[in-house]
Amino acid sequence: MRITQGTFSFLPDLTDAQIRAQIEYCLGRGWAVSVEYTDDPHPRNAYWEMYGMPMFDLKDAAGVMAEVDACRKTFPDHYVKVNAFDATLGWESLRLSFIVNRPKKEPGFGLLREEGAGRTQRYSVRAYATERPEGERYT
Amino acid sequence: MGETRALQPQAGPEGLDLQALYRDSNVAAALEALDRELVGLAPVKTRVREIAALLLVEKLRRSVGLEAGPPSLHMSFTGNPGTGKTTVALRMAEILHALGYSRKGHLVAVTRDDLVGQYIGHTAPKTKEVLKRAMGGVLFIDEAYYLYRPENERDYGQEAIEILLQVMENQREDLVVILAGYRDRMGRFFASNPGMASRIAHHIDFPDYSESELYAIAELMLAGMQYRLSAGAQAALREYIGLRRAQPHFANARSIRNALDRARLRQAKRLFERRGAPLTREALMTIEAEDVRASRVFAARTEENQP
Repeated sequence: MRITQGTFSFLPDLTDAQIRAQIEYCLGRGWAVSVEYTDDPHPRNAYWEMYGMPMFDLKDAAGVMAEVDACRKTFPDHYVKVNAFDATLGWESLRLSFIVNRPKKEPGFGLLREEGAGRTQRYSVRAYATERPEGERYT
Repeated sequence: MGETRALQPQAGPEGLDLQALYRDSNVAAALEALDRELVGLAPVKTRVREIAALLLVEKLRRSVGLEAGPPSLHMSFTGNPGTGKTTVALRMAEILHALGYSRKGHLVAVTRDDLVGQYIGHTAPKTKEVLKRAMGGVLFIDEAYYLYRPENERDYGQEAIEILLQVMENQREDLVVILAGYRDRMGRFFASNPGMASRIAHHIDFPDYSESELYAIAELMLAGMQYRLSAGAQAALREYIGLRRAQPHFANARSIRNALDRARLRQAKRLFERRGAPLTREALMTIEAEDVRASRVFAARTEENQP
């Protein structure tokens, strides 16, 4: 099951040229771009690991692309995303975020049913990948 | 036969127009600014023109399919302090941007402190951050010879140099590095870092200014600040330049700027002490001989002359 998330979740995966163009746009707006990775695909997993510090004062996408490539090389079977943070007063939050790398095989999610008090039924999802410990998923 | 045909440029019927390319790019403006803003420095201007011509021709060659690989653009600027290395680097960034060899054309000026960390593992992230900021533009490393300190074998400067070399080699189209510093120390730096020396294509040497050039610089600076010299002050300034040049720690144009700043200070003080008297626009603009002659440089001479 292909996980989608973030700004371009409705599109097929971006090519490197498209990623570069998006980063150029972010830097042109003065946003700080950062790279994050994780191997827990759960939609509620908001805290991905940072790959290096967010990059401030960059002028050209080449620096971010180098970082993205380095992260992909280190974690070829992880999810990697690019975030753009807008620090202007009133925004002070992420303006753009999209996935730039995904594992080759994504097994998807299983539905868990839990019996509650008085025959109530509670549902949750669990990624098949997370049955294995961190770092060994998707290998 | 087929080979020779492949080497023929695929020119249109009108041929190739170098003049049009020169006109359409903003190189002309950058070169004119270089001529206008910098006095003297004839060898430097010649070299910058040569490099601009090379890049222009290279661009034209590429437009007709003659590939020679991206030219190496890393440079080294050597010369005494205040000879205009930073200013020329700024213009260089503009020229490279106008010709499309630098995507953004900004200049990031750093020194050893910005590249080298204080403890193990600190240097690499620091250097990489600076490199990332300079991507798409020009990285200007002032007093680059401080990066290499042979007297301390555990110095982290070597690590910064290695990262720098890697990027200079592999990301030539993303980044142009300009190293700057004193002539003799840079010579020693290159001698002990052959890898660095071999990756730098253009060595430009900045000569010291002559007295008349320094005077022309002073006039240019004053015109920029909307001041002018009275006849007496002109003579005094010429004399001042001659004396100051012979003194230690003379930093060419920078010393002149400092001298002018101090003269402005004295002029303001003089006007302030005579407050109440009518003041004209002319008086506000004019620097008198006494403003220049109050300098310590003249005092030193009179002391010497005393027995």
